[in-house]
Amino acid sequence: MTRRRPTSLRRRLVIQLLALSAVLSALIFLAVRISADRASEETLDAVLGAAAVSLAEAMRGGDRDGGSVTVDLSPVTFSMLAAMGEERIFYRVDLDGRTVTGYGDLPLPAELPDALAPRFYTVGFRDTELRVAAVRRSLMVAGRPAPLLVLLGQTRDGQEAIAEGLANRAALVGLVVFSAAAIFSLLAAGSLLRPIGTLAEAVGRRGPRDLRPLRDQAPAELSPFVTALNGFIARLRGTLSQTETFIAEAAHHIRTPLSVMRNEAELALRETSDEPARARLRRLIRAVDEGARSAGQLLDHATVLYRAGQQEMAEIALGPLVAALVERSRPIAAMRDITLLPSLPAEPLRIRGDAVLIEAALRNLLDNAVKYSPPDSAIDIVLATLAPAGGGAGAAMAEIRIADRGRGLDGAAPQAFTIRFRRGSNVGDVPGSGLGLTIVAEAAAAMGGRFDLSPREGGGTCATFALPLPG
Amino acid sequence: MRFLLVEDNRELSASVAMRLALDGHAVDAAATLAEAADCLAAASYDLILLDIMLPDGDGRAFLARHRRAEDRTPVIVMTARSAVSDRVDALDTGADDYITKPFDFAELEARCRAVLRRRGGEAQSLRSYADLVFDPFAATLTVAGESRDLRSREMRLFELFIAAPGRILSKDHLCDRLFSFSEPVSDNAIEVYVGRLRKKLAGSRTRIETVRGLGYRLTDQAGQGGGA
Amino acid sequence: MRNIRAALAGLILALAGPVMPARGYEIEASAHFGPPDAARRLAVLSTTDIDFLRPVIEGWLARTPGIGLDYTLASSQEVYRAIAEEGAVFDVVISSAMDLQMKLANDGFARPLPAEMLRTRPDWSRWRNLLVAVAQEPVTMILSDHALDGGLPMPHTRRDLIALLRDHPDRFRGRVGTYDPEVSGAGYLFAAQEARLSDTFWRLAEVMGRLDARLFCCSGDMIAAVRQGDLLIAYNVLGSYAAADGRTAPGFVVVEPEDFTLTLLRTALVPRGAADPTTAEAFVAFLLSPGGQQLISAAAGLPAIDAGAFALKPYLRPIRLDPGLLAPLDRISRQGFLAEWRAAMDQP
Repeated sequence: MTRRRPTSLRRRLVIQLLALSAVLSALIFLAVRISADRASEETLDAVLGAAAVSLAEAMRGGDRDGGSVTVDLSPVTFSMLAAMGEERIFYRVDLDGRTVTGYGDLPLPAELPDALAPRFYTVGFRDTELRVAAVRRSLMVAGRPAPLLVLLGQTRDGQEAIAEGLANRAALVGLVVFSAAAIFSLLAAGSLLRPIGTLAEAVGRRGPRDLRPLRDQAPAELSPFVTALNGFIARLRGTLSQTETFIAEAAHHIRTPLSVMRNEAELALRETSDEPARARLRRLIRAVDEGARSAGQLLDHATVLYRAGQQEMAEIALGPLVAALVERSRPIAAMRDITLLPSLPAEPLRIRGDAVLIEAALRNLLDNAVKYSPPDSAIDIVLATLAPAGGGAGAAMAEIRIADRGRGLDGAAPQAFTIRFRRGSNVGDVPGSGLGLTIVAEAAAAMGGRFDLSPREGGGTCATFALPLPG
Repeated sequence: MRFLLVEDNRELSASVAMRLALDGHAVDAAATLAEAADCLAAASYDLILLDIMLPDGDGRAFLARHRRAEDRTPVIVMTARSAVSDRVDALDTGADDYITKPFDFAELEARCRAVLRRRGGEAQSLRSYADLVFDPFAATLTVAGESRDLRSREMRLFELFIAAPGRILSKDHLCDRLFSFSEPVSDNAIEVYVGRLRKKLAGSRTRIETVRGLGYRLTDQAGQGGGA
Repeated sequence: MRNIRAALAGLILALAGPVMPARGYEIEASAHFGPPDAARRLAVLSTTDIDFLRPVIEGWLARTPGIGLDYTLASSQEVYRAIAEEGAVFDVVISSAMDLQMKLANDGFARPLPAEMLRTRPDWSRWRNLLVAVAQEPVTMILSDHALDGGLPMPHTRRDLIALLRDHPDRFRGRVGTYDPEVSGAGYLFAAQEARLSDTFWRLAEVMGRLDARLFCCSGDMIAAVRQGDLLIAYNVLGSYAAADGRTAPGFVVVEPEDFTLTLLRTALVPRGAADPTTAEAFVAFLLSPGGQQLISAAAGLPAIDAGAFALKPYLRPIRLDPGLLAPLDRISRQGFLAEWRAAMDQP
């Protein structure tokens, strides 16, 4: 049962970039170091070689009888060689394979040099390491040519000191490159991974019902993910949509026969005067009404869920919409001598929302108000803007209050009514499915609005449906 | 009034037509959009009842064509789907109102009346009896030249009486027509409305008589002999 | 130097010869300073006469009690041989033979000195971190008070000297002295350096050769010969000896040639085989310190290291302390140089 920590893309990216820049820095360091070493060695070799050659050229053959060689070492040459970093100088002159002067133990090159071109080699000598230039030429000694070998060696402490300085500088450059790369890699990892964060935020910011496809600009590498996610969302939407279609079809197939049934029952009711039969017919009609109403609300509910997922917001003039809804509810209200008293502002009160959701919510509220109001009463419908609560925090709201003189909430908590299929304890014999207020609450939530039920002063209920006004 | 009923379900169409005919309306029934177009070409109607789902097309498309032809005949859409979006669409396409199947005829009447009233009323629908003139669209009753407003139920109750003056209407019959079936009605509820209507008729030659054990009837006191 | 050594015979000084007969190099004298029973004793090998350095050594011992110092005097060749060939154990080597000191350092017999000790030293007064100058001494010519009798002009340059000698051969014949480079290491060093700097050296050699110049092994002997009236002019005499002698009884003038005056650097090194390098470094550090330098110049009469002197006397040329000194040391080069010198001196 070992729990593996989720791998972090950011950490992996940073580590890889850092490793890469470390290698790069090391390469830079080595390149600077090697090329600097080589350049300084070549320069010093050139000087050393020139000194050795001039030393060799200053050799003169001895007298015919003397059988030796004249050596005229130039102090200037030595000074010059030594001046380059205060090097130590060693030399050896061999004539005919025999050391005539200098340090006889100075090691010879592995291979003898050609003519006057110096051969360079590095060799350990006594307590130090030497760079030696070897030059060969011939001298006439005692009337015959004799091979002359001149070795001139110098320490390279100065070069090493310079190389060390360069190496330090190169190391510093490498370190700077590495630091820059480290900072860069952190930034790069951040910016590379930002789209993922943005995407996650875009998905996370959505409401639970928001089923629009993702349209955020995602990098090409993320597009398969976005496509898959959108595919999933589309399937989910399709499922919801199928549900709606199914309910709609079901409703159609139930309602049409119900209509026939109800009409026939009503006709039968008019034609018979047998009281028990009439009572049965009335019960039948009531049952049909109840069934039809439940089917309608189920469908409404499905629609609201679906539309909430779509989030197809448009600009809506709330004033005219409320006015039309009130107008359309008047006939039903009038049947029971209930007066609708709308109080609408002069301006249209534009908001962003889904007309279908608003219509569903308000129609349910009006239906409820009419249903539970006693005959000959009035229902107040007020549309108003509400300043943000707390003097500025939050958006201003457009608020629709529908206040009736019905039987009220009977002391129950208003939230209880928005639970699916839960009805008030005092509904009595009024038919209903208990879905109406759930629909209203869900519609409000989908549009970032609010729905409250509160007891009305002097009896009755006040339903408040509020939607945010665009800032 | 003359209705055009566009509904493909024969049984439903027949029951609606019969129900409207019982109330004294003339009804032409069309089962398809094509038939409906033929009817509209042949006659003029006071109101069209239009189903949405028809074999040869969508009722809303028909509605749109109808509105483009600048035919001002009011349309009430009957929908079985009752989806909220369907209702909103119907209104957007130019329907005057919608009603969800199955419907209470009282509601249909109320909606028809509202639609017609919005369209400016119908002068020829004035009905008179004795010294009364009844305007169902304006919901007014003129008693000896004096106009009196009727409330909705008073008006619908009076409509029942004036449709058959002198006939005895039973309490049950009146209740069924006046109240919704889902509305709890007490036994004396009808007496309350009859009482209100009698007050509105005060000063008239006519009155609503109680026929004990049977119900009520509207009578003209001047033509006493005409009564039973 | 020998005369000085003789003059010091009465001091706390023991002849080392009979004491250590097995030694492969010759010493001239030795002296012991500080408490005889001191646990730590610093062994110093030097070409500088003991008296010159006595105040300096005593000054140092006063500052670092509990330490003794054994001072060994030897010729520069023997100093070199003791370190390079005989493997003798000494803690500090002080010598005026710059070339041999350079060879010791170059060939790896010197031990690196601490960097902080050398940081403040002028570049010309040290080589690497191995060799450091503790005194600078101009190489001068001295003229007897009688050399210019008859209103002869005072020579200020080698050119003046050549003219003076050439114009008055009779007066100066056999009464001009200089080092014998074949015998004296210092004499060879001066000659090689002069030859390197100017052609007048060879002209001067020819002139002196024609005048049958006398050759000496040491500065002291030349000064003595001038004082005794045997020489009128001694060429290439260490100024410090002349000054030291001149203090008590003048009778000659010291002239620093104004075309250039070679300046010898007396250098110190700590051999690689030093028994007590830490104390050795402390001693060298003291020699270089302002206090030590003051003792060197005031008490010892050796000019302290003074960069300002070169600004004051622009003709002073410190002998370059670098491997250039090695070239004349080469056996064959030396043979060639001396052969030419001989040829110049042996004028018909």
